[in-house]
Amino acid sequence: MTLLQDTPFTVAGRTFASRLLVGTGKYKDFDETAQAIAASEANIVTFAVRRTNLGQEAGAPNLLDVIPPSRYTLLPNTAGCYTAKDAVRTCRLARELLDGHNLVKLEVLGDDTTLYPNVVETLKAAETLLADGFDVMVYTSDDPIVARELEAMGCCAIMPLGSLIGSGHGIQNPHNVRLIVEQSQVPVLVDAGIGTASDAAMAMELGCDGVLLNTAIAHAREPQRMARAMKLAVEAGREAFLAGRMPRRQSADPSSPFAGRING
Amino acid sequence: MPTSATVAITLNGEPYDLAAERTAAELVEALGLTGRRIAMEINEEIVPRSQLSATRLEAGDRVEIVHAIGGG
Repeated sequence: MTLLQDTPFTVAGRTFASRLLVGTGKYKDFDETAQAIAASEANIVTFAVRRTNLGQEAGAPNLLDVIPPSRYTLLPNTAGCYTAKDAVRTCRLARELLDGHNLVKLEVLGDDTTLYPNVVETLKAAETLLADGFDVMVYTSDDPIVARELEAMGCCAIMPLGSLIGSGHGIQNPHNVRLIVEQSQVPVLVDAGIGTASDAAMAMELGCDGVLLNTAIAHAREPQRMARAMKLAVEAGREAFLAGRMPRRQSADPSSPFAGRING
Repeated sequence: MPTSATVAITLNGEPYDLAAERTAAELVEALGLTGRRIAMEINEEIVPRSQLSATRLEAGDRVEIVHAIGGG
C-alpha cells in the first residue's frame, strides 16, 4: 500500500503529530482529565490561569502534575478575561508559570451570556502581546475581515468559533470558516462550538488545519471514548479534505454498470 | 487590628497582613507554596521566580499568586 503523506501541522515553527487540541476544563477530577487527554492523543493542551487557593494543603495535586509540560505543549488560555489589559497580564503570568514558554491562546470575551469574542479588545491585546514576544493563537469571531487583520498583525493561528463556547451547536457558518481558510497563510482552527465527532470532521473537511475543543469531550457520557472519537474524526476529516470530495449531483448515478444486465 | 509590626497588603484580592514576611519569597513560604508551580505579580508587574528573594513587600502592595487549573 502506498503511504499517504500529509504536510505536518506547524504552528509558530513548532510541528505536531495531532491536529486535535483539547482543553482541560469541566472534568470531574484529575483522573478523568488525564485519561481523556491521553485518549485524545492531542499534543497541545489548554489550561486556565487562576488565583491560587490560599490555605490549601501543600501536597494537593496540581493540573501540571497530571498534564506535565514534559509530555504536552501547554497552551495557556486567557478565558475569563473581558479586557485587553487582563488578557495581557494573564499571558505574562502564564509565561512565568511555564518558565518562559511563549505560545498562548488569546481569548477576550464580550459578555457572560454569549462568551462571544470582543474583537476590539482582542485586537488591542494581540498588538501588545506580539510586541512582547508572544506567539499568539487567537480566538475570534468567524468574520473574515477581522481574521485577516489578526493575521496581518502577526498572530500565528486564527481560531474562529464554530458556535458559542460550550454550546455544542457545531459549525453554524461553514461558509465563513471556509472563507477564512482560503484567505489565511497561517493555520486556521475551529475553536468553540464542537458538539460531536461529525462537527470536528466537518471543520477538517472545510480545510481547517486543526480543531480545539473541550466540553464535547468533558461533558460526553464517556469522556475517554469521545476523546478517541474526536481523534478519529479529526483524522477522517483531514483525509477527506485531502482526498477531495466527489462533486454533488442533482440526479442519481448508479454505482453498478448498466451494461450486461440480465433483464430485458 | 494590625499591630505596628504588621504590613497590610492585598493578596489575591483580599486584605492580608504580613507578620514577619518582608520579601516575596518569605510570603510564598509562609503560604506553604514553596516549590509549587506558581507565578506572582506585584502591582500588575511580574516578579520572576529568580527575583522572589530580592523583592521586598511594601504596605499597600497588590499581590497576585496564580497557578494552572483546568480550562479550555
